[in-house]
Order: sequence, then C-alpha cells, then structure tokens
Amino acid sequence: MADDRKIDEFSGVETTGHNWDGIEELDNPMPKWWINIFYATVIWGFIYMMFYPAYPLISSYTKGFLETSERTELAIELEAVKSSRAIFVAKLDAATLEEVRNDTDLFNFALAGGRSAFSVNCSQCHGSGAQGSFGYPNLNDDEWLWGGEIEQISYSITHGARNTDDDDALLSDMPAFLRDEILSADEIKDVANHVLKISSQEHDQAAAARGTVLFEENCAACHGEDGSGLSDMGAPALNNGIWLYSGNLDTIVETVSNSRAGVMPAWGGKLDSATIKQLAIYVHSLGGGQ
Amino acid sequence: MTDRGAPPAPEATAVEHFDVEAVNKRESRSLYVATKKIHPKRVKGTFRTLKWWIMGLTLGVYYISPWLRWERAGSAPDQAILIDFVNQRFYFFFIELWPQEVYYIAGLLIMSGIGLFLITSMIGRAWCGYFCPQTVWTDLFLVVERAIEGDRSARIRLDNAPNSVQKAFKRIIKHTIWLIIALLTGGAWVFYFADAPTLFIELFTLQASSVAYGTVAVLTFLTYALGGLMREQVCIYMCPWPRIQAVMMDEESATVTYREARGEPRAPYKKGDSWDNRGHCVDCKACIAACPTGIDIRDGQQLECITCALCIDACDTVMKKIGQLPGLIDYDSLANIDRKAKGQPSEMKIIRPRTVFYFTAWVLAGLIMLVTILWRPDLDINVLRDRNPLFTLQSNGSISNGFTVKILNKVHSIRTFAISVSGIDGMTINVIGASGTGPSYKPLVSVNADQLGTFRMVLNAPKGALSADTTDIQFLIKDISSESSTDYDSVFRGPKK
Repeated sequence: MADDRKIDEFSGVETTGHNWDGIEELDNPMPKWWINIFYATVIWGFIYMMFYPAYPLISSYTKGFLETSERTELAIELEAVKSSRAIFVAKLDAATLEEVRNDTDLFNFALAGGRSAFSVNCSQCHGSGAQGSFGYPNLNDDEWLWGGEIEQISYSITHGARNTDDDDALLSDMPAFLRDEILSADEIKDVANHVLKISSQEHDQAAAARGTVLFEENCAACHGEDGSGLSDMGAPALNNGIWLYSGNLDTIVETVSNSRAGVMPAWGGKLDSATIKQLAIYVHSLGGGQ
Repeated sequence: MTDRGAPPAPEATAVEHFDVEAVNKRESRSLYVATKKIHPKRVKGTFRTLKWWIMGLTLGVYYISPWLRWERAGSAPDQAILIDFVNQRFYFFFIELWPQEVYYIAGLLIMSGIGLFLITSMIGRAWCGYFCPQTVWTDLFLVVERAIEGDRSARIRLDNAPNSVQKAFKRIIKHTIWLIIALLTGGAWVFYFADAPTLFIELFTLQASSVAYGTVAVLTFLTYALGGLMREQVCIYMCPWPRIQAVMMDEESATVTYREARGEPRAPYKKGDSWDNRGHCVDCKACIAACPTGIDIRDGQQLECITCALCIDACDTVMKKIGQLPGLIDYDSLANIDRKAKGQPSEMKIIRPRTVFYFTAWVLAGLIMLVTILWRPDLDINVLRDRNPLFTLQSNGSISNGFTVKILNKVHSIRTFAISVSGIDGMTINVIGASGTGPSYKPLVSVNADQLGTFRMVLNAPKGALSADTTDIQFLIKDISSESSTDYDSVFRGPKK
C-alpha cells in the first residue's frame, strides 16, 4: 500500500495512493451537505455537554444544566416498580401463608419475589440454587433442622439461629463431648461408628456395637433412639445420606468432639414481613417443603 | 427491445437543445462539492407510464395495507397486518408469529435478498429505478414541484429569479404540500404497529403515546428531507446498494444503455441535414435533462444511474421527431452491444447459470418457508433443567431434579394439558403450586389463550432406580380435549455411579 497519489486517467480524479492488488481508491470529494452534517454534530456535541454530565473535575464532575443523573432516574424507576407492585404486596401482607398458596397469582408473585430476595440476601451462604455447602444447609431436600413447614421456615428466617440480635433465635446446644470431657476420644470413635451404621455406611462392627449404648445414653435424647432427629430441638436426622457437615468418620468424630454451632442472622429486623413471606414460600417450593 | 419497427416520418423542424451538463463531469469535480441542484424534465413514454402505475401500486400498498381487516378468533386483533410489540406478536392475514419464530422474518429477508439479486442480474437495478421508496417518494415530490413551479426551465428560472412575494408564495405552497405528504407517510407507518382506526382517532385527540407521535415526527422529517431535499444525494452517497449491485450484474444483464455504435459521432441536426458519416445522436441532451440523478447516460455505466429508464423515453421522443428509429438509448446488455458490433445476431440471455442459481435458491427458500408455515405447530414445549443444584438427595434416599417447563399455547382459547414424564420406573412429578403426587399421577396445567405458561416441577426418582449418573427422560404434554400432544427429551441427573 504505497503512498503514491496520482491522477486517475479514466476519471481525472486524484487517487488516495492506496493500491490493493491493482485496485486504486479514488479520492472523490465529499458533498458539502455531508461536511455540514459533520459540523452540526460537533455543535450538537457542545450543546449536549452543556446540558448533560460531561467532564470529570477533581472531586466531582460537570453536572450540566439539566442536572440529570442516572442514579435519580433509577430511583424514580424503582419507585415506579414499587408502586406497581404495591397492590400485590399489600395483599401478600394481609394474607396468611395458606391463603397465598391457594391464590395462583399471589403465589407466583411470591415465588418471583422470593427468588429475587433469596439471590440478594441468602445465596451468599446457601448458594444461588439454595444447594447449600459445608455447614450451610441445602434447602432443596426434605431434611429440615427446624422443620420444613412453611410457618417453620418463616420462623427460621425471621429469627435466625444462634445469633445475638434476636432473643427468639433458634438455639440448640450440642455438647462438645471431648472438650467438655463427657466422653473419651475412643468412646467418641465408637459413637461415630454407630452413626455410620445407622446411616448405612461402612463401619467397624465391634466399635459400632460399643457405640450403640453410648449413643442411647448421650445422644438419643435429642437425635432419637434410631437417629431420626427432632426438629423441635434442632437436632438433625443421622440415619440418612444428608449431612450438614459431611458424613465420614473423621468429620463425625470432629463434630461430636467439639460440637458445631452454625449461625444464621435474624432477618426479621432487616426485611419487611412481605419479603419474609415471599422467601418462606420460595424456599418451601424448592422441592423439600413439608 | 431491440426491434421497434419502421422509423416514423419526421414531424418537427428542429430538435430542442438543452443547456445542461452532467453533474459528475470531470471538470466539475473539486475537493468539497456543493450539491448542484437537478431539475429533471418531465418526459412521456412507455417507461414513464409504467412508473406511474408502479408508483400508484406501491403507494397504495403502503397507505392502505394497515386498514385491511381480518377476522380472528378470541381476543386476537382483527387487523390484517399488525406488528404488535406490546403483546409480542406479528400478524399477517392468516399467519401469526411469536417472537420465538423470528426465523420466519430471517427467511423473508433471505428471500427478499435473493430476489433482489435475481432481478438485478436479469434487468439491472430495477429495484432502484422503479420500486425503491426513495425513488417512488422522490417522484411523488417531483409531481408536486412540477405542478406548482412548472417544468424544468420554469423551475430554473424561478431558482435564479430575485426574491419576490410570488416566489415565496410558490415555495411555501410547495413545502407545505411536501410536509403534508411527509406527515401522511410518517403517519401511515405507525398504523402497522397498533389498531389503525383506534390510533387514528387517538392521534387527532392527542391521546396517542409519545412513541407514536415521536415516530410520526421522525418519519415525517425523514420523508420530507430525503424525498424533497436530498433526492439523488441519497442514492449516490448514502445508499450501499449502488456499490453492491456491481457484483450481481454481468455483461449479459440488461441495463439502460446508450448504443454508442449507432449514436456516434454525435452532432447537432437540422431538418434536411444528411445522416451520412454521423451518428444518430443529435446531442440535444434531452437524456441529461430528464435524468433524476443528473448524469449523462452516454458516458456509459455509472454508479449514479438508478436505471429509471426516463432517458429512454426522452430519447425516443426525440428520435420520433427526427424520423429515426427509437432505441438509441435502450435496455440492452453490454455483451449484446458487442455482439451487434461484430455483426452477430442480437440476443438477450436472461437464462444464465447465475440467474438460474439465484432463481433456484429463491424458490428453495420460498418452499422451505411455505412448508414450515403450513406445518407450524400450535403447541410447543421447552424444558429447562435446574443446573444448580444438579440433583438433590432426599432423606429417604430418593433423588430429585428440578425443571422449569414452558408451554406455548398458540391457539386463541385456553387449553388444559396433562403432563407426564417417562424414562424412570416409579418416578413422581410434583408441580409446584399444584396438588397431588404419586407414580401414576398426571398433573393438569392450564395455559391461557395465546400465552406462554411457565411451570416449575420437581421430579423424584426412588432410591435405587437410577443405574447411571445420567438417565434419559421424556416429557409429554397432551391437550386433554383435542389429544394434540408434543414431547421434549431431557435428562435426569444423579450421583456418580
């Protein structure tokens, strides 16, 4: 692409000097109106800069005569959305959870709102799909520490667990059997083998047999004789494949030795009652609600 | 087109000569060019008549189409052609399209594209010369201009005349009529997007939406500016088609051509002059005067030429006057001109590999469209499986998978569907918000007329029912009243085996 401007023989127009495989580009003049439109856009640019936010200053920026701000516009739009939802929110507030379940429109509104509120407030611990993780319960399954009925879920969200903000917070206090010197390390291993046994996992038969008695003496009061748990006490079932803190021998030993005390915030003071209702309905609908 | 019979007897004593130059003449090119105003002269003839008919047809289609009614069942609109953005539907007589079927629009565009290629390879830029809205509206605006300011010479006189009340009056009348036409054009556009009679009343009672008024305003301005003020500048500088058309044409494509062999050497002619040793072109420049883009067709093929064929009419009129055969400027192909120059028989090759290819592709695209339109299902299902979590272990050892099922009911009445899923023994379905469960339970869901229904459901496979981490399953929905059904293949995920 040599810079070789010359007059094109055929048209008499100067070329740009650009040559692609023998094809040359003519430097034809632009029409005057085209240039004028270009100038007009420049002038328009200056007008725009005067009326709209344009230039950064040291600690601020030029605001423009119209003083528009996308923050204000967003706030107005959000306000509009809020007011358009007001009828539903009021209805939701007044309705009992059972009434909501029976009203299709209200139920769908609650589900959509619940999903959105879940993403904002709950997904950090429970995961975006409410699938949970180590120490944070999976909300899709049908095992519930504190009960899976919609009112129970609502209570759990409102008051949380083991937090210091809410006097009505859910509280279960499993002893740290080793640290509090209730059981010895060997005894704990036996109990753990018993738990492996009732959850249908591989285990040491002799240890499990020894652990059975220890389990009845120390654990059955909360977890039940067969290990099926007791949601009134916040005691999880131990006889199935669902584990909050993993179900292998080492983790069970660790759990029994030092106890666990997962905390959930009380959302009652942070979210309004309609949002908590929506959350409860959403979580209940995930598949494990009772 | 090449044989037009015997020449008529000369009827005029002298041929009128026009003082006009081609705007793209070599001498008139400079760095930044001021637009030279073009004053196309009125012509009469075959092609002008054809263009009047096409103008009437295209304007008629544009202005009348939105007012056609078409009875539809239920709450669907009764407007024959309607692009309903609010409800996301497109109606065209018996056809009704959902946003999911936007590929029909793509098919239509493909057909238009290939059709344009086909026409261009056969008879050049017929689109530009006869059908393009820019050409049609410019023509319409010229009719107004001629009616008020007179034909070419009168308009040039008026342009050069000093400012006067009369001049201002003519200008004001002209621009007012232009603006009214522009307003009607911009106004007609919005009727395609809403119920035309309703919107018509709303527009006049100031109740229409600001979008409607904005669209009318923008299109009014564009029609006025492009058709009245910009005219040929749009074709020459703004439109990409003049650049693209070159690759569709070849030497066999018919196009508006000056028959140089017959016309040259050109020279002025007075009655009684001998025709020996000279061409038939009398250099009257009637062709340039008639040209809406202001070029000289005798310079050969040019980007500016929209092949409106008005120069043919202009030249034929002159030829008749001087007692020569018409067709000094005519539709012809470059190859045919060569053939005639070599004494070979004249022949227009319309059927060539290129045109056959374009035609086949066009017909094929049309057939595919037709078949898919005729066999368009009135029921559709989409299944999205939850990816987070992939599966959930329940306390009794069973495995759950979550799904979102979307059912498209394309009929104008409410329908109830039975949902069933097959592929795993003992699998249960739980539609969230609906009651009932169990292995033989088939949940019923209703989808409103012409709507999309979204349902979340949890499938549960009993303990031990899964033999692999992925199991194929099939959703089946059945209209309980008409037995029409559709299915969707999905998978059920479980823990690694």
